[in-house]
Amino acid sequence: MNNFGFSINKDKSINMDEVSKELSNYLSAEEPTFDSCMSCGTCSATCSAGSFTKFSLRRINLLVLRGQLNEVKNEIDKCMLCGKCTLLCPRNVNTRGVIVAIKQYFDKNPLN
Amino acid sequence: MKIEGKQRIWADYQKEIANDHYFYVRSCIRQNFFPASEVTFWKIIRDTLHKDIYENEHHTSCSGIGYHSDVVPFATTQAIVARQFALMTENGYKNLTSSCITSFGVYSEVLETWKHFPEELERTRDILYKASKREFDVPENVAHTSDLIFKFRNEINAQAKYRLVNAKTGEPLRGVEHIGCHYAKMFPSKGVGGAEHPYVLAGMIESWGGKVVDYPERRACCGFGFRQYFIQANRGYSVACTKRKFESMEPYKPDFILTNCPGCPYFLDRWQYVISEMEGKTYGENGYGIPVLTYEELAGLVLGFDPWDLGLQMHQVSVEPLLDKMGIAYDPAKKFLGVDNKNIGKPVCPNVMKI
Amino acid sequence: MKKILIIGGGIAGMEAAHELAALGHSVVIVERKDTLGGHVRKWDRLFPNKRSSEEVIAHLLQGVKHPLIEIRLKRTVVDLRRNPNGTFLAILSDETPITTDAVLFCTGYHLFDAYKKEEYGYGIYNNVITSAELERMFKNGKVLTAEGKTPERIGIVHCVGSRDAKCGNLHCSRICCVTGVKQAIELKELIPGVEVFNFYMDLRMFGRGFEQLYLEAQQQHRVRFVRGRLSEASETQDRRIYLKVDDTLVGRPMKMTVDLLVLMVGFEPRKTTLPLLERLGIERNEDGFIKVRDCHFDENRTNVNGIYVAGACTSAKSISETLTDACSAALEIHRNLSSKKS
Repeated sequence: MNNFGFSINKDKSINMDEVSKELSNYLSAEEPTFDSCMSCGTCSATCSAGSFTKFSLRRINLLVLRGQLNEVKNEIDKCMLCGKCTLLCPRNVNTRGVIVAIKQYFDKNPLN
Repeated sequence: MKIEGKQRIWADYQKEIANDHYFYVRSCIRQNFFPASEVTFWKIIRDTLHKDIYENEHHTSCSGIGYHSDVVPFATTQAIVARQFALMTENGYKNLTSSCITSFGVYSEVLETWKHFPEELERTRDILYKASKREFDVPENVAHTSDLIFKFRNEINAQAKYRLVNAKTGEPLRGVEHIGCHYAKMFPSKGVGGAEHPYVLAGMIESWGGKVVDYPERRACCGFGFRQYFIQANRGYSVACTKRKFESMEPYKPDFILTNCPGCPYFLDRWQYVISEMEGKTYGENGYGIPVLTYEELAGLVLGFDPWDLGLQMHQVSVEPLLDKMGIAYDPAKKFLGVDNKNIGKPVCPNVMKI
Repeated sequence: MKKILIIGGGIAGMEAAHELAALGHSVVIVERKDTLGGHVRKWDRLFPNKRSSEEVIAHLLQGVKHPLIEIRLKRTVVDLRRNPNGTFLAILSDETPITTDAVLFCTGYHLFDAYKKEEYGYGIYNNVITSAELERMFKNGKVLTAEGKTPERIGIVHCVGSRDAKCGNLHCSRICCVTGVKQAIELKELIPGVEVFNFYMDLRMFGRGFEQLYLEAQQQHRVRFVRGRLSEASETQDRRIYLKVDDTLVGRPMKMTVDLLVLMVGFEPRKTTLPLLERLGIERNEDGFIKVRDCHFDENRTNVNGIYVAGACTSAKSISETLTDACSAALEIHRNLSSKKS
């Protein structure tokens, strides 16, 4: 292979024809309140972890729906399970339950 | 796909294209990229179509490359454009035709500016007069040279020696069209067929017997982008744009790619080689690339011009598979013989892509 | 007895006629189509409670069965001018003259012609349809692709022809948001296992029961909402529709293929009434809808005395709002005409 002094950029689009729906389906069954999320950001605004790391439950919801499992796995451990987001969520999402369910999913289905 | 839907759009975007007497402004880069295209255009317009076309040796770059690289300010661009118009006016012409898509975009942009801000026109007249004592009329008609070939596509077809038909099977050849971004994306009404579903190249392919293939990434930019390509470290982004198009068109098995921009054919052609060298991937049949042609080259082939007179030996991707399909007679031994049969040198064989 | 001419026999015209007749006035409805009911007739079920549109039409038809209401179908008003005594003379397309004390415009709206949004390929790609066409499919009880297949994944695009300077429409058409949500639910109910994605910029669930529909779509049907306006739709080799959108909340571009793409077409001011409006000097807003005298206190009068307005000819409205507006217009006309000597 030839080296021309640059590499070909990867497409950063999320291709919904290819992503995994497994975690999303699992959560809809185990913690269906997560489907009510409307991306308002109340959870992430109040989050202790979110102030000091990239952790955002609002974003986790979207990453689950977009099948970005590696990113979800990398982020999920940062949650301290303090429960402030559960207290505030306007859509009554059981956010602590969401975190636990995601952890359970990865215990059962470790990523390679 | 409902062709009536496209026809409805095409009917909405008819533009006026002058019938004769053109003042020609050439591209800065086409003579290097595809050296015979502009010569072929002149041959077709003068010898095949018997039209009057004139070029003045004093015309310059439109400044588009500098303008689009943020080097040349718009006031300067307007003055340079005004100077071309002055040369046109001094020589008695009213219709301007531009060989370059970006120039065409620049002329369109300047004329639109003058329409909406007449004070800019007056200021430009003033600047040009002070600088050069030149005066000018605004052209009555501005067309890209592909507009002209489009306008006369049926006349060309009437004199066709070859058609875009597989000589063995009789099936129409499959053509993918790629329109330069500055042709109509800025001003959809200035392009034949508009910006989303342009007809300028599709019309040629249809008229000459081929089948136009639409594919999902058809409307995407080729990735040239001026600044992006000029800096080596940024080229990965440029080639990625082009690669996305190849990936999208590959399943449709196009026999050729037709373009109307100076930059696009270059990048669609050369990047196929680069991708093959970097990733081992080719997009044509049997390890070849997909031949990429300018509209003049394709018109030239249809009219029976010798492929090597059209400069097709200067392409990175071999055009021979297309010539064979069209049943065009050519002498492989003469491929690298230039003017006066002087050997112009043969390129090194790529590692992956067949040539 | 006073006489009122109502131009347009959609739901606004029907409701206003009913109220005016009940108040003892004689009414003529002029409708260019061969039936009353306008756009609503083309709809299958209605938000927020999924009631059949036929129920609404039947209810309103009952209301216009009144000895004081005269209905002239398949006719238009070709000329309308004010007499020196303050009455109006209308000439219908069949050349009938009508002298009337007041004129109520219930001329409604046009649905945006989705063809103008060229990047979505409506009219070119077989599997790109409008919300109105989806309603027709619902009426027939079957939603199939152009190839006759049951779709597995459907995209719904909000704000098509609304909030879009490129289409010349800066206004919000208001009811498409909830229509998109309603249609998503209906698709989910009709086609087991279908995936539905709604592409939106904002979800404006302003009416009673709308937010509940949105929740129902999320909780019971797992409709997926993607915040981003579709930039381009093209056709794949197997005639599916390839979409490019910015997933703005994730912050990355998204691409996907759907079997059917539904465009939520918005409201546009009706162009066919322009000559009448211009002849009478009736003012319009910048968006082209008829201008009311005051946006809070005087919503049913135009700048021209004796010319009243009701329904979607002044702005995009839901059915409930249109009917309320029609009642309000009837009362306004009644009050003004009653204060005049007959």
